Amino acid sequence: MSRYRRLFAALIMLLAVPAGVALAQEVAAPRPWEIGMQPAFGPLKQQQIELHNLVLVIITLITLFVGALLVWVMWRYNAKRNPVPTRTSHNTVIEIAWTVIPVLILVVMAIPSFRLVYYEDRTRDAELTIKVTGHQWYWEYTYPDNNNIDFTSYLIPDDQLKPGQRRLLEVDNELVVPVGKNIRVLQTSTDVIHSWFIPALGVQRYAIPGRTIETWFKVDRPGVIYGQCNQICGTNHSRMPIVVRAVPEQEFNAWLIEAKTKFSDAGQQTRQLAAAEVRR
Amino acid sequence: MSATTHDHAHDHKPSFFVRWLCSTNHKDIGTLYLSFAVIGGVVGGILSEVMRAQLNFPGSHIVTDGQQWNTIITSHGLLMIFFSVMPALIGGFGNWFVPLMIGAPDMAFPRLNNISFWLLPPAFCLIITGLIMGESGSGWTLYPPLSNATYETGLGMDCTLFSLHLAGASSLLGAINFITTIFNMRAPGMTLHKMPLFVWSILVTAFLLLLSIPVLAGAVTMLICDRNFGTAFFDPTGGGDPVLFQHLFWFFGHPEVYIMIVPGFGIISHVISTFSRKPIFGYLGMAYAMVAIGVIGFVVWAHHMFVSGIDVDTRAYFMAATLVIAVPTGIKIFSWIATMWGGSIELKTPMLWAIGFLFVFTIGGVTGVVLANAGIDQIVHNTYYVVAHFHYVLSLGAVFSIFAGFYYWIGKMSGHQYPEFWGKVHFWLTFIGVNLTFFPQHFLGLSGMPRRYPDYPAAFAGWNFVSSIGAYIGGVALIVFLYVLFRTFTSKEHVADNYWGEGATTLEWSVSSPPPFHTFAELPRIR
Repeated sequence: MSRYRRLFAALIMLLAVPAGVALAQEVAAPRPWEIGMQPAFGPLKQQQIELHNLVLVIITLITLFVGALLVWVMWRYNAKRNPVPTRTSHNTVIEIAWTVIPVLILVVMAIPSFRLVYYEDRTRDAELTIKVTGHQWYWEYTYPDNNNIDFTSYLIPDDQLKPGQRRLLEVDNELVVPVGKNIRVLQTSTDVIHSWFIPALGVQRYAIPGRTIETWFKVDRPGVIYGQCNQICGTNHSRMPIVVRAVPEQEFNAWLIEAKTKFSDAGQQTRQLAAAEVRR
Repeated sequence: MSATTHDHAHDHKPSFFVRWLCSTNHKDIGTLYLSFAVIGGVVGGILSEVMRAQLNFPGSHIVTDGQQWNTIITSHGLLMIFFSVMPALIGGFGNWFVPLMIGAPDMAFPRLNNISFWLLPPAFCLIITGLIMGESGSGWTLYPPLSNATYETGLGMDCTLFSLHLAGASSLLGAINFITTIFNMRAPGMTLHKMPLFVWSILVTAFLLLLSIPVLAGAVTMLICDRNFGTAFFDPTGGGDPVLFQHLFWFFGHPEVYIMIVPGFGIISHVISTFSRKPIFGYLGMAYAMVAIGVIGFVVWAHHMFVSGIDVDTRAYFMAATLVIAVPTGIKIFSWIATMWGGSIELKTPMLWAIGFLFVFTIGGVTGVVLANAGIDQIVHNTYYVVAHFHYVLSLGAVFSIFAGFYYWIGKMSGHQYPEFWGKVHFWLTFIGVNLTFFPQHFLGLSGMPRRYPDYPAAFAGWNFVSSIGAYIGGVALIVFLYVLFRTFTSKEHVADNYWGEGATTLEWSVSSPPPFHTFAELPRIR
């Protein structure tokens, strides 16, 4: 019985979510029955979508071509229609063709692909640096440029969700970043490997203990952007989401002042906690 | 070729105990491997159904404990790889048909062959122990620190690691045996370039095993030492490096995926040639495409690590090398189609599986090209897109080739033919089921659903529901397969030596069905 109720609730949610988008802020989260990538919220994802669109066209055409050939040979060379098989087993021209043409297709694909890999790697002129630390099972965000503001970001459990909030995606303290700035991300972990993964921003890196890994992103417009931990990290792997709130610069500066007081004690605590974990 | 008909006079089968537990006969060991693969596949398949039932709806309603879930996904992966696909393709069909196809009386080292098989049941017991104890929740990739003693404290993880050691030793001994057999025991006149493509595929696979398994063994040994003996190979607090494990693991892991698919290439070649009644198109191209895939397969491993913080130039190299694999793979697909072109195609059950293989392997192959682009991989790495991709090439590709081989050779192996109608029902149910299961997972991955999640946000519910329905249909298909097995072995009908007719040209069709206990007491001559 409860399973049907849950199914019913899920269906209601599916219908309700589009209505919920009418909230003030633009939101980047997975959408029901989505069949493509989440829309871009920044230049990284924009370029990834563009390359993916190119590759998707190529692979779809190849698949349809192979599928059509299969259907054709099954029909045309069926034993009933073609009782006497040929003995052809070589054709140099066609063999060279199906070696060279795929190479050319790959070259066409590889040129924009190499460009994207280097573009994604890191930013030359970072306007803000954020340190992301993975923990079992929460994220810790530090702003080394801004008085080392430091806070933790935990999942909001199901029983504390407010109406309209997304189950398994909401956190208590969001990562707040300014719009339109190049943001350098430094990632590490204090226990196991996690992965900081935000689909709509096109950013993902592992958080690996003992290493600091650099990447970057930029947000185009204000909004709330959701992501999730993407490397198996133990029991609550599915319960450490990521929420980024992108705000205009003045709002960000105001938030910095607020955050400095709000997280001063908490930040101290988590740093001590993390230090203790490392010592252990 | 007529020499073999006299073998019946020497056909003394030993008693049950000696025959099945102390076996040194390649056909009996092949049968043991195949039976073992069915058991491994059924256990792994039950775990799949549990997982899809859990993911049918959001909210962990079946497996409520995340650690339990992680153990299930780990066991599912390892069981399917080491205890189902590999034993079926290499140990099963390889043992049965490599000696028959090259006209050898048996494998080069029959006793080694025996130990190769008998290392597997204890390995299986160990991995099931890890599953039951619920203590191997690291994913099949075993990445430390999650797999080290701090985060996986129990003995179950050690059981899983030792299981890999045993399964690895088994594969390694098998590989040595195959290489020796193929190089030294071909019938007079059978040069390497006249060798059937299935034998080529097993030769390539054996080399991949020989070169990659020792690296896995090293990595697993270091992990066991880290867990139990205070070393710190992969522990950053002791100066070790978790990323080193990833390099070692994938140096094994990437060739491993070719180990699972290359023997399938061999089987598909024979099935397509037989049912098109044409020789394989571009034989040398087919053989050397497999060799090329094997060689390139060793230099692409870090494409599994594009977001592990490796250098951008390294990423660019591994991306380029990975894209190159599409070329020999394309040669194979097109050569198979060219084999059918101009043929006289009979759509018997094995041929259905082979054509199904071409289709699903093409889909899995082209999504591999998407993933090879490091720039795109940054956003689909570890998502369901990857799950869909590797299930299309393995759960669909490799498994379709296993079933193609099963329906192709079961008459030869057992002397009884499968029921054609139920074989076709099995194919269509599987084809619909697995496509329904895995195609929507591409959408989930692009949308951003991470893999190895026991529970997910409501937005992913729709496609997960479809995927689970597909998995149930696949489960029904597995039951149909068991019924096919039952019907085949209770059948009273006996089949002829070469029941597929003129299309089947390799040496195994020159001996009786089932072949006598000892074949080729007098070596056949190849023109």
